[in-house]
Amino acid sequence: MNLTLRVWRQAGADAPGRFETYPAEGIPPEASFLEMLDIVNERLERNGAEPIAFDHDCREGICGSCGVMIDGVPHGPQLGTATCQLHMRRFDEGDTVVVEPWRAAGFPVVRDLMVDRSAFDRIIEAGGYISVSTGSAPDANEIPVPKDAADAAMDAAACIGCGACVAACPNSAAQLFTAAKLVHLNLLPQGQAERDRRTVAMVDTMESFFGSCTNHGECETACPKGISIDTIALMNRDYLKARLSDRRLLGRS
Amino acid sequence: MTVTLDARIPAGPIADKWDNHRFSTRLVNPANKRKYQVIIVGSGLAGASAAATLGELGYRVKVFTFHDSPRRAHSIAAQGGINAAKNYRNDGDSVYRLFYDTVKGGDYRSREANVYRLAQVSGEIIDQCAAQGGPFAREYGGLLDNRSFGGAQVSRTFYARGQTGQQLLLGAYQALARQIAAGTVELFTRAEMLDVVLDDGRTAGIVVRDLVTGAVTSHAAHAVVLATGGYSNVFYLSTNAMACNVTAIWRAHRRGAVFANPCYTQIHPTCIPASDEFQSKLTLMSESLRNDGRIWVPTDPDDTRPPNQIPEDARDYYLERAYPAFGNLVPRDVASRAAMRMIDQGRGVGPLGNGVYLDFHDSIGRLGADVVEERYGNLFEMYQRITDEDPYRAPMRIYPAPHYTMGGLWVDYNLMTTVPGLYALGEANFSDHGANRLGASALMQGLADGYFVLPATIGDYLADFLNAEPLPTDHPAFVAAEREVRGRVDGFLAVSGTRPVDWFHRELGKIMIEQCGMARSRPGLEKAMAEIPALRAEFDADVRVLGSADTVNQSLEKAGRVADFFELAELMCRDALDREESCGGHFRVEHQTADGEARRDDDNFAFVSAWEWQGDDAPQVKVEEPLVFEHVELAQRSYK
Ligand SMILES: Cc1cc2nc3c(=O)[nH]c(=O)nc-3n(C[C@H](O)[C@H](O)[C@H](O)COP(=O)(O)OP(=O)(O)OC[C@H]3O[C@@H](n4cnc5c(N)ncnc54)[C@H](O)[C@@H]3O)c2cc1C
Ligand code: FES
Repeated sequence: MNLTLRVWRQAGADAPGRFETYPAEGIPPEASFLEMLDIVNERLERNGAEPIAFDHDCREGICGSCGVMIDGVPHGPQLGTATCQLHMRRFDEGDTVVVEPWRAAGFPVVRDLMVDRSAFDRIIEAGGYISVSTGSAPDANEIPVPKDAADAAMDAAACIGCGACVAACPNSAAQLFTAAKLVHLNLLPQGQAERDRRTVAMVDTMESFFGSCTNHGECETACPKGISIDTIALMNRDYLKARLSDRRLLGRS
Repeated sequence: MTVTLDARIPAGPIADKWDNHRFSTRLVNPANKRKYQVIIVGSGLAGASAAATLGELGYRVKVFTFHDSPRRAHSIAAQGGINAAKNYRNDGDSVYRLFYDTVKGGDYRSREANVYRLAQVSGEIIDQCAAQGGPFAREYGGLLDNRSFGGAQVSRTFYARGQTGQQLLLGAYQALARQIAAGTVELFTRAEMLDVVLDDGRTAGIVVRDLVTGAVTSHAAHAVVLATGGYSNVFYLSTNAMACNVTAIWRAHRRGAVFANPCYTQIHPTCIPASDEFQSKLTLMSESLRNDGRIWVPTDPDDTRPPNQIPEDARDYYLERAYPAFGNLVPRDVASRAAMRMIDQGRGVGPLGNGVYLDFHDSIGRLGADVVEERYGNLFEMYQRITDEDPYRAPMRIYPAPHYTMGGLWVDYNLMTTVPGLYALGEANFSDHGANRLGASALMQGLADGYFVLPATIGDYLADFLNAEPLPTDHPAFVAAEREVRGRVDGFLAVSGTRPVDWFHRELGKIMIEQCGMARSRPGLEKAMAEIPALRAEFDADVRVLGSADTVNQSLEKAGRVADFFELAELMCRDALDREESCGGHFRVEHQTADGEARRDDDNFAFVSAWEWQGDDAPQVKVEEPLVFEHVELAQRSYK
C-alpha cells in the first residue's frame, strides 16, 4: 500500500522541531507500524538522509518502549494496542498519517519521536515497592491473598509504563500510571505496612513532574493495557485517608 | 597462553556443597561493604536483582543499561512462568527432581553442582517475589497456583497470567528503585557499555557511551558484573527484543573472558512464521498451546486446499505419528526439527510455505469454544492481531524461531569469569542449562544468580581489596580503552558506504539460520565460515552510517552490535563444527540415529567447550572443562 507520512523531526531536546513529509510506498499491509517506519528509514538512509529516531524494543506490546501519536491519538486507532502491535492493514490506501512524539512537559523530547520518560522512574523510586530485603521473605504460602485481590492487583500491574496516558491527557497528568502501581501494591496484604507512606510519597512526586487530573478520562481510552480509570478513584481515596490517618493503626486492617 | 579452567566446585555431598561453600567463603564486614564499588551492567532479572541485593547489603553499586528505564529489559517479555521445587502440589516434586530434570533436559551437558544449587534456591525465589507483591496466579483459598509446563511431569511452574516475566522484572526493578532512593545504587540509563578495562590482569572498570550525548566515559570498580542477556539476535529474526545483543560479553571475551558453548542455541517450536522480507522479529506463542492443539501438515505437498477442506486422511499429524508416547508434547528441540523436516519436504503451509498447522478444531469440539477461550484466549487474540486470521475457525500456522542461547561467558561456581573480578549472570553466562533449556527455567536461573548466588560469592573476591581504591579513571588503561572505543565509533561513521546496517544484519542472519540453526552439517558450517568473513569485509568497506557520534544515532548503535555479531557468528560455527555429536539444541546431521534422532557421544564430548581469544589475527583456542556425572545417569533421551 502507499501512504504519505508527516513526521516530527527534532535534532535534540533544545533544537527546534518541524514536520517533514515522506512517501511510504509499497508497504505490505501485514507489516506492523514500526516495520513500516523501518522500511521508510532504510530508504531514507539509502538516499542519504538520517533515519527517524524512535524508541522500541520488544515489538510485542510488553516493554513499553514504543509509543507515538498517530493522527493525534496515542498508539493510533486500534483500542488496547501499543504502536508496535498496530498493523498497516488498519490504514487505507493513500492515507496521510501524522506521526508525532508524546507531547507533555513531563516528557521532554530527546530526538524525533523519542521522549524522556524518566519521571516515571522517579515516581516508582518514591515508594512504588514493598520493602523486603532479599532473604527475609517468609514462605510464599504463608501470606494467603484472596484470589479476587490478586486478580485485581494483576489487572493494575499490567501497566507497561509507556506514557500514553500522559500523552492523551489534556493536562499531561500521570494519574493513571501512578494509580496503577499504587493499586497493584495497596490491594495486596503484603502492601499494607507501607500503604499510607507509599501513597503520599508517590502522589507528591507525581505532582512535581506532571499536571493535575480533571477527570477527562482520555487516559483510559489510550491505555494499551486497558487499565481502568477506577484505579484513580482508589488512589484518591487512599491519598485522602493517608493524609488524615493515624499510621500507627495501619496494622489493624 | 591458555587459561586453565577451575570451576571451584566445593567438596562434599551434592546436597551440602552450597552450604559448605557459603560457610567457607570469606565475608566482608557490614561496615566495610560501603568501601567497595561494584558495577552491574544490565537491569534485566539478573542485573536488577543483583543490584538491589548488593545495595541492600551495603555495597556501593552503579547500574548501567542501554534502555531508557530498567523496566524495559528483555526479561519483561517472558510469558509462561518460573519453576520452583516447592512441591505445593504434593505431586512428588523435590529439589532432587528439579535438579534431575534440568540435567536431563540439558542433555547431560551441564555442571551437576551448579544445577543442584539452582534447584535448592528456587523455592526462596518464589518467597522473595511473592513478598515483593508479585501478583502470581492464586487459587480461591488464597494460595499460589501452579501449572505443568514444557512437558514436566510435575506442576512446579508459578505464573502471573501470560506476563510472568513482566511481573518478576517489575518486582526486581522496584527493589532496585528502593535502593536508588536509598542512595546505595546509582542508575545510568541510555548508557551502553562498550569495553571492559583490565589492570594487571584484574577487572578495573568499564567504558560506557552515553546514547544521548555520545560522551564516552570510564567507570572504575572493584568488581564488574555483566548481566546483559542472550545473543539470539545473531540470527537476525528471533523472539528476542530488537536490542538484545552480544556486545557486552563479546568485548569481555576479547579482553580474556573465555566464551563457553557458543553453539548451544535453542529454537522454539511455536512462533508465528515470518510474513515478508521486512519482518523485524518473530513472536512467540506460548508452548502451552501444544497441550490442546494438534500439529499437522498436508500429506501431499501439492495440496493447496484451505486447511478446513483437507480431509483427515489427507493430513499428516507427524508428531503423533512419529512419537506416539509424547505426541505433540515432545521437547522443544524435537518438535522444532520435526517441523523443519516437513518444510524441507515441501509440505509447509501458508503463503510462503514456511509454517505447519496447529489445529484446535478437535479440542474446541471436545471442550467447547469457551473452555478453549478461557485457556488460550489472550494467545488467540495475539495471533489474530498479527495475522488477521481467526484461530477458532482455521488452524494457526507456526514455525520454529531462535529463542534462547545456552552458551555465554564461562563462569566458575562463584559466577566469576576467567578474568578476576569480572562476573556474568543470567542468560549472559553459559549457565546451568547445558545444551538445552527447559521451559520456565531461565527466569529461575536469572533470579537465582542475582538474588542469591552472586551476593553470597562476591565477598570472597572483594575481601582481598579492603581499603584499596579503584583504579583512577585517568589511568592509562582507561584512557587507552576510551580512545579505542571512540575510534571504533568514528570508524563506522567514516566508512560512508552504500548499504544500511540492517541489510548486513539480515544477510548474516540468513547464513546463520541456514547453516548453524536447527540442523548443522560439516559442509554447511564450512560454507558459513567462508561466507561470514566475506560479508564482514563488505560491511567494513560498504556500511552506511549517517549522522554524527554526539547525538542519538540508532544506526551507529546497531553498527557496533552487528560488527560483534559477525565475530560471534564465526565462533558459533567453529564450535558447532568442533562438536562432533548431537546434543540438545545442537543437531549435527552426521550424528543421528537411523530414525533421525540426535546421537550424543558421551565418551568423547562430555565437556564444556570454552574458547579463548587470541587476538584479531588468530582463531580462538578451545579449552575443555570435563563434565563429571556422579548423580545423574547418562541416558539417551527417548520420546517415542
Ligand atoms: C518471548 C520470550 C519468552 C520467554 N518466556 C520465558 C518463560 O516463560 N520462562 C522462562 O524462564 N524464561 C523465558 N524466556 C527467557 C528469559 O526471558 C530470558 O532468558 C531472561 O529474561 C534473561 O534475563 P537477563 O537478566 O539475563 O537478561 P535481559 O533481561 O535480556 O537483560 C539484559 C540487560 O542488559 C542490558 N544490556 C545489555 N547489553 C548492554 C550493554 N552493552 N550496555 C549496557 N546495558 C546492556 C539491557 O539494557 C538489559 O537491561 C523467554 C524469552 C523470550 C524471548
Ligand atoms: S516495543 Fe515494546 S511495547 Fe512496543
